[in-house]
Amino acid sequence: MQRHIRKLLTVVTEAALEATLVRDIDRLHAHGYTITDARGKGSRGTRNAGWEASGNIRIEVVCDAATAGEIAAYLQEHYYDNYAMILFMSDIEVLRPEKF
Amino acid sequence: MIDPIILFFLLGAVAGLLRSELRLPAAIYEFVSIVLLLAIGLKGGVELAKQPFASLLPQMLTVVAMGFGLTLLAFPVLRYLGRFKRADAASIAAHYGSVSVGTYAVAVAYLGSQQISFEEHMPLLLVLLEVPAILVGIVLARGLSRQTRWKSIAHEVFLGKGIVLLLGGLLIGWVAGPDGLSSIEPLFVDLFKGILALFLLEMGLIMATQMGSLRRHGPFLVVFGIVMPLFSALVGTWLGWSLGLSIGGTTILATLAASASYIAVPAAMRISVPEANPTLSLAGALGITFPFNVLLGIPLYHALAVWAHTFAKG
Repeated sequence: MQRHIRKLLTVVTEAALEATLVRDIDRLHAHGYTITDARGKGSRGTRNAGWEASGNIRIEVVCDAATAGEIAAYLQEHYYDNYAMILFMSDIEVLRPEKF
Repeated sequence: MIDPIILFFLLGAVAGLLRSELRLPAAIYEFVSIVLLLAIGLKGGVELAKQPFASLLPQMLTVVAMGFGLTLLAFPVLRYLGRFKRADAASIAAHYGSVSVGTYAVAVAYLGSQQISFEEHMPLLLVLLEVPAILVGIVLARGLSRQTRWKSIAHEVFLGKGIVLLLGGLLIGWVAGPDGLSSIEPLFVDLFKGILALFLLEMGLIMATQMGSLRRHGPFLVVFGIVMPLFSALVGTWLGWSLGLSIGGTTILATLAASASYIAVPAAMRISVPEANPTLSLAGALGITFPFNVLLGIPLYHALAVWAHTFAKG
């Protein structure tokens, strides 16, 4: 079985940004994404997802390295200053490279 | 006697301050607020069907003007007296110019338990009052720049949960009429106060989480969070009286004026004015103004309405 290396880009941020980020990610040529509700604590305090304004989400995108880099750079430039957001990347193996 | 729903609010607040494990699952909170918004809309819709729409126009225009006016008044106070940054002052002003549906629901329950009637089309004014403050807030923060993406802002404002459900409820109530709604009354009317009690329990818990940021952001916000609603209530009472509303109606309008938004405005501001610190406005609106209105404000605004009406009679 042949294995293919892709990037997994994970973004944890405020739920308020969901619609905007989905638009950005689509525009930057990702083929898909997965969003889950999340809660936790960071430099901007506890976000316990008890109600709208404290909701967090985690967005995961599997894509090639170039797209991941492009998305990461875009998010960093546009959202890091004013929003609670972290972002990290890891290498993963996928079985169907054409999907990502 | 103190209304049990207020006790639920206090229970939530105390449990939150003592860092109890208690929390309502997010889905339950969401459900409870959806039922409240729909119930309020439905009730207003039924009433709207009974009167010619045109006769309500003066009230609708006045309320929109009030939304613009209160926001414009709050801004310089926050900017120059409170020394907030421009974006923060604009965002806080927008919160205070808009309305809180939760506070409205408590006022309705208060008048109900005192058996005071009021104009039932108030939910229409509630919807109208949500919007102007958001627009003013964005313009105050940004100026009238071309870069503002009004299309996406309009989407955010008019298609937010609150407005869709309130307007939807109004329309359904209007179309269905009182007879048509009788089959769903058990959920939306009979259970209203029970649902409101659960909502207030959660609001108490949320309020308690704001205390930390209040301690950090200091006394000005606390004073503003009490003085601003008192001033707005005076404006609301005066307008209610001039529009010829009943005592109940005047109380509701004063409460609407005094309440500060914590659902529609925070969401819109977060997207449109990201540089404004959301902690500040939420600490004021939720940590101070909501409990103040629920515990002391509403009875006070009622007294004010009674006074205005007797005073006017001479």
